[in-house]
Amino acid sequence: MKLIVEQLLNGLTIGSFYSLIALGYSMVYGVMKLINFAHGDFFTFGSYLGYTLLVMGTAFATSTLGVWGGMIAAMLVAAIGSGTLGILVERIAYRPIYPTGRLPAVVSALGASIFIQNSIMVIWGARPHAYTSEVVPDYIMNIFGLRINLLQIIILALSFFLMGVLYYVIQKTTFGAAIRASALDRETAALMGINIKLIIFFIFALGPALGGTAGVMVGIYYRKISFIMGWNYGLKAFTATILGGIGNIHGAMIGGLILGVLEMLGSTYVSTAYKDVFVFLVLILVLIFRPTGILGEKIAEKV
Amino acid sequence: MDSLLKIENLHINYGSIKALKGISLEVNPGEIVTILGANGAGKSTLLRSISGLIPVTEGDIFFYNKSLKNMEAYRIVIDGISHVPEGRRVFATLSVEENLNLGAFNRRGDRQLISERRERAYNLFPILKERKRQLAGTLSGGEQQMLAIGRGLMSDPKLLLLDEPSLGLAPILVKQIFQIIKEINEQKVAILLVEQNAKKALSISHRGYVLETGNITLSGLSSELKNNKKVQEAYLGGAALKNK
Repeated sequence: MKLIVEQLLNGLTIGSFYSLIALGYSMVYGVMKLINFAHGDFFTFGSYLGYTLLVMGTAFATSTLGVWGGMIAAMLVAAIGSGTLGILVERIAYRPIYPTGRLPAVVSALGASIFIQNSIMVIWGARPHAYTSEVVPDYIMNIFGLRINLLQIIILALSFFLMGVLYYVIQKTTFGAAIRASALDRETAALMGINIKLIIFFIFALGPALGGTAGVMVGIYYRKISFIMGWNYGLKAFTATILGGIGNIHGAMIGGLILGVLEMLGSTYVSTAYKDVFVFLVLILVLIFRPTGILGEKIAEKV
Repeated sequence: MDSLLKIENLHINYGSIKALKGISLEVNPGEIVTILGANGAGKSTLLRSISGLIPVTEGDIFFYNKSLKNMEAYRIVIDGISHVPEGRRVFATLSVEENLNLGAFNRRGDRQLISERRERAYNLFPILKERKRQLAGTLSGGEQQMLAIGRGLMSDPKLLLLDEPSLGLAPILVKQIFQIIKEINEQKVAILLVEQNAKKALSISHRGYVLETGNITLSGLSSELKNNKKVQEAYLGGAALKNK
């Protein structure tokens, strides 16, 4: 029983990382019909920015802001940095080739991914880095005999808070309605006075910003980061996007959480060695039996 | 010049296809102007070029004496031209109210103004108020057309472009839609109307133009056009029935 609760919690935590990353895939796909393969690397970039602020600038970050404050500062820096990178990549790698169709943009996204990955390697080195223990908040709570790290709860709460804010913006505001409208019918959206460039700017800033924030969370949670981790997380978040139903934000959120829990349960009760197998088995099964995803089709609203 | 909209020698090419071959027309403040023409004559192209959805190849379009030639579509709406596209094009998975709100997107910060304009649309189309929480895709064809027009009015346009507003609607709704177009016009909104239903269109409009394969072949007061032999043959008589 104890194990199940702990593993569920672990699963939800990993799942919330996937969800945050998946939102970026989903928003970009919704509006641009483009699978942004560079998205996982925005996540890595954010993680490295957070690392730079916290570990390389430990004295500054943790002495002036405390461990928790340092963590929040690192997330903000990562969000801004990854958001900016997202906008730049859209300008440089995607915008010039939109007129040529959807496929060239996908290839360009792969190119951008390789470029960012290698740039990170050149800047920070090829060896993995670690968020060292003095920058990671550590406070174990004892709840009903369960040992729970407060950090995990805070990370979960922050992820849900960010998802909640995004949900509110997209679903409840007129600006959010404009994003959904642009995803449905860009031409008619223009007739409403909606500037599509503003919408594109917004999604290419916000998606990577959420991914970058997740990058810091992963760094703090798992400690170890590497320049290639964006590939694995990106692919899993992409699976989560497909699982939930691509193009709608509820789907990305739910898909990520389900995937995280499945992965955890699979590695607990079957074998850790197979945990990635579960994830991609899910992808294959969804593609075969319900290609629109859990929330695809009618209930889903394309973002 | 006191015309609201003035089009001069407008050419539109799609690649090598010449959709409009040098047409000139005007819409004066407070007018309803009808464009008649068969399928493929270039009527929708004309409206789409005015609202900035397709680029002008040659010639120019003036609104309040200001050229719209290289202006982006979203700017043209803000300037006061609203285009209700063919086929309604409501945002199916957005609610009726969200659809209306988007019509006044550039004023989105002004809640009071938006709610006043929404009320105005609800007065014109009371059924929309009953359905305001419903997704637009669940409305009937007629209701969607009402929503599309209501949404088009949210930006408080000086000129409303209507592309086939009666297409696919039951006769009783057609009558209602035309009645409402007249009402909108009485509130000092000029209307450029593209319609298959030439008889109805000419009965509510002040003037009209006949568009044939990219050229204007005839123009005049609606009352004159109604009695013109060519118009009667092509758009009011046998040929029109054949189209149905």
